[in-house]
Amino acid sequence: MAVPVDNYLRNQFMPHMWCPGCGHGIVLGAVLRAIGRLDLPKDEVCIVSGIGCASRAPGYLDFNTVHTTHGRALAFATGIKLARPDLHVIVLTGDGDASAIGGNHLIHAARRNMGITTVMFNNSIYGMTNGQYSPMTPKGRYASTAPYGNVERNFDMCELVKAAGGNYVARATTAHARQLSNYVEHAIQTQGFAFVEAVTQCPTYFGRRNKMGTPVDMIEWFRKNSVNAAAAAKLGPEELDGKIVVGEFYRGDAPEYTQVYEEVIKRAKEAAAR
Amino acid sequence: MTSAASPEVPVLVRHEWCKGCGICIAMCPKKVLEAAPDGKATVARPEDCIKCETCEIMCPDFAIRVVGGRSKGVAEGKGDVAGARA
Amino acid sequence: MPGRKGRDLRLLQGNECCAEAAILAGCTFFAGYPITPSTEIAEILSEKLPQVGGHFIQMEDEIASIAAVIGASLTGAKSMTATSGPGFSLKQENIGFASFTEIPCVIVNVQRTGPSTGLPTAPAQADLMQARWGTHGDHPIVALYPSTVPEVFDLTVKAFNISERLRVPVILLMDEVVGHMREKVEIPHVSDIEIINRPRPDVPPEKYLPYAAGPDGVPPMAPFGTGYRWHVTGLYHDETGFPTTAAPNADRQMKRLYAKIESAAEEITFTSEESLDDAEIVVVACGITARSARRGVRLARERGIKAGMLQLKTIWPFPYGIIGDIAGRVEKIIVAEMNMGQLIGEVERAACGKCEVVGYSRVDGEPIAPAEIVAKIEEV
Repeated sequence: MAVPVDNYLRNQFMPHMWCPGCGHGIVLGAVLRAIGRLDLPKDEVCIVSGIGCASRAPGYLDFNTVHTTHGRALAFATGIKLARPDLHVIVLTGDGDASAIGGNHLIHAARRNMGITTVMFNNSIYGMTNGQYSPMTPKGRYASTAPYGNVERNFDMCELVKAAGGNYVARATTAHARQLSNYVEHAIQTQGFAFVEAVTQCPTYFGRRNKMGTPVDMIEWFRKNSVNAAAAAKLGPEELDGKIVVGEFYRGDAPEYTQVYEEVIKRAKEAAAR
Repeated sequence: MTSAASPEVPVLVRHEWCKGCGICIAMCPKKVLEAAPDGKATVARPEDCIKCETCEIMCPDFAIRVVGGRSKGVAEGKGDVAGARA
Repeated sequence: MPGRKGRDLRLLQGNECCAEAAILAGCTFFAGYPITPSTEIAEILSEKLPQVGGHFIQMEDEIASIAAVIGASLTGAKSMTATSGPGFSLKQENIGFASFTEIPCVIVNVQRTGPSTGLPTAPAQADLMQARWGTHGDHPIVALYPSTVPEVFDLTVKAFNISERLRVPVILLMDEVVGHMREKVEIPHVSDIEIINRPRPDVPPEKYLPYAAGPDGVPPMAPFGTGYRWHVTGLYHDETGFPTTAAPNADRQMKRLYAKIESAAEEITFTSEESLDDAEIVVVACGITARSARRGVRLARERGIKAGMLQLKTIWPFPYGIIGDIAGRVEKIIVAEMNMGQLIGEVERAACGKCEVVGYSRVDGEPIAPAEIVAKIEEV
């Protein structure tokens, strides 16, 4: 049985706080549709977030929800998952939250292969604090703290998570909302750490500063500048410069942490009984 | 208030949740939706709707429901979802 | 396992004893990061927790450790972390989160000399104020402070009980000397240990208001994944748990958080005393300094000085009333502490000028010896 999205919203708090045209609602919808297709019992879903625009999502969702401290969502989620391995633990985080202040937790959650699904809402900017550059802001783009253009290179978070040991890695944009939802579904079904980067528009800060037009223009820009993984494999670095590579990049089958730890418990109990 | 209450109207817009971003209007392949004077979405050509659910999926504000859409509110790209609950 | 009637006497290090007590108090989750002089607690729990079906994890840093502890506690697990100076600093933001969201957890800080890396890992008692005010903003907190290994056992159990009962983070401050010292300790039979669990809701999920407190100011807490879907946030929130910026709510919320500790202050304040009845000079101290003070007071008595001592086992909430009463009937209070003068400020507030308060500080990484206490008593 698939469940419609409305069933997962805490309707009394709608409309949500995000700006008109902000892509976060599209990403959140993709997440909720994935949960709906999987028909996960609400009591068995735990949504954990950090701080930032994306991290305000859990407040609108009718699950077990925690809005934690900046960057630390995955560390809180690790405790929840380890103590209750049967829960579906989903982290909703932003690019600043996950790639800057929380970068180390992301690396280690992936390395441990914790059974957590992470959806990183990447709008390439710190929206909550009015538009400073993040580690995901492309080089040359403008931000309130990059008035001459960003001089830093941005991360490829999918490569990072894959290298760190996650079992599922995918990326899509709000222009690919159906694919995005499928990827989240696959992520939730993954045994082990799963990471989906959702490229989303911030028309208010990133869009305005970089003269990207309306929210519709930004979505169209994503569509035109995206290359799927198969096509990207045939292109050189220069041809891929400035492009967004979308697709499912990696599926692994490394053992999931809490399942491994259950074995530790078994062995420890045997040792104690001797 | 929704802009369409009758079951024959295929697209329901929850007016109080709509922020008038215009994404649904631009994304609809059949130009079913238009901006009302207040900028919010309204159903202008219900007869043209093919129930593709793009508007619903692309609405950042959860303000749109396609009545009798093929995926019953859990739209995805692979096709129908069997046994969906309304 | 010893029989019900057999006494379980052991020679334990303070850190070992803390780990043993945690398990008996019902701890089923530990997350930590290696740091001397607290690491033995993690090492022992990595072995013992899975034996009782609990979980141990070594996180990537101290911030993650306390975060994982709070996360586990949300599912109902009694949870603990242990650290020392620099690690305690790193944990502070999330301690504030736990305090504000009222998630029970126990944080052990085996103190070492600071600031920064300090004198690794000589003892100091310089995190007293950090235990109270380490995180930003007003917040309730409880801190307990053992001076012997048997007290480590007792106060570790109490730390869990208070944390659960009041839904507040409890900090167990240990001295490096206590953490690493071996003493005889009698482990009580499990049935003789008082165990308190967090209040649970007695209403069905649809009627559950996660931050609606009873008369004691403590709201019932439903573990995640048991049908009570609620929201936890570090934003100001109302009884529903959802954020609100309403000024009257903010005022009400903060005052309730303080009131729940104040109303329980008597039951969570633990002290120990020596020769206080007729004392004219009283030494106030905690941790290992209290041991030297106790000995120093006995030596002073042998020399005919009417000296007494008060050991604070609970330092937060601070026992202003108890010290105020003492100040009203003695001539002098000496506050002995291994820092530049932290406790003394609180003692002065409590004494309200009713008697003279003098400090004795030692900050060279060496404990205060009984002879120093005697000398100070004779000097004043």
